[in-house]
Amino acid sequence: MSHLAYFVAAWLFLVGLYGVVTSRNMVHLIICLSVVQSSTYVVLLTIGYRTGAAAPVFVDIPPSTPAVDPVVQALMLTDIVVEVTVMALLLALAILAHARTGELDPNRLGLMRG
Amino acid sequence: MALFLVSAAVFGTIYVAALASLHPMGVADAASASYGNRINAATVSERHITDAVTAVNFDFRGFDTLGEEFIMFASVIGTILLLRKHRDESEGTPRDQKAGREISPPSDAVRVISVSLAGMVVTFGIYIVTHGQVSPGGGFQGGVLLAAPPLLIYLAGEFQQFCRLAPRPLVEAGEAVGAAGYAIIGVIPLFLHAAYLYNFLPLGTPGDIFSGGTVALIDLTVGLEVAGGFIVLLLAFLEETLVRRDPA
Repeated sequence: MSHLAYFVAAWLFLVGLYGVVTSRNMVHLIICLSVVQSSTYVVLLTIGYRTGAAAPVFVDIPPSTPAVDPVVQALMLTDIVVEVTVMALLLALAILAHARTGELDPNRLGLMRG
Repeated sequence: MALFLVSAAVFGTIYVAALASLHPMGVADAASASYGNRINAATVSERHITDAVTAVNFDFRGFDTLGEEFIMFASVIGTILLLRKHRDESEGTPRDQKAGREISPPSDAVRVISVSLAGMVVTFGIYIVTHGQVSPGGGFQGGVLLAAPPLLIYLAGEFQQFCRLAPRPLVEAGEAVGAAGYAIIGVIPLFLHAAYLYNFLPLGTPGDIFSGGTVALIDLTVGLEVAGGFIVLLLAFLEETLVRRDPA
């Protein structure tokens, strides 16, 4: 039971990967990719979590209080913001591919043209 | 499909086995916990910052965050490069707006809520950006909040008002200044014979808004960069939907 959060992460990864593999629409594919990425959030936050520990903010509590790991939380915080901009880049690529070929299905895009 | 099922089963087994060998949730072993514990212990005493997450982001591991920020900067630049107007394209109104059809204005409820929220969100965003060293918050979270009000104005009114509120050259300059500011703050300690991104300013009292030395300044530049980057993205995508482009 104590490993449940890890299994949730594995399930998220595989479910997102299934979406990427079977996708018939590039926008859908990009959203699935973000589901795959969110599994890394679950893994890292689980690693940093400690039962009964406080949040790593020492305004009202003395600095010696046991707190959860701040390093993985800092990683997640920047990554969530960066992920959104990378998704925007991918969506821009999808818009361009649609403008060039009139096609959003990755299977029917065919070979690249110069 | 069969190929996916087989490879997913193989991968899933290995992945789950690897994760099961990690320590159970909530019970950190000494080896993996020591780094986080050391940072938690050093945050208030050595850096006078009460939010350990901000201390990790902008002080202890400030160089990593600089890298993260430039991933973001590069993808924003890439997006506007891809969505720019090409030389061989002609612009026109979108197909669903032709033939003298008028777009119905947004409802009064949407207008009132958007306009009244905009001011509050600006205030809240500035609060989050400036209080990162005291309580949960900082440049990344506050920057995203600060990008929301122009979108609320767009919901309440028209694209033209959105453009007037957030003119593209200003927003792009804000993004660039934010990105450069972080790197420049990092260079200053080199002239004081210290390491790159060394926290050279007076540290102040823990819990005070003027604490943490350079962390508050870096928070401001990151907030500017994130807000600018997100508004540039919004502008690029809104232009894409509002103007039809015909390849020549």
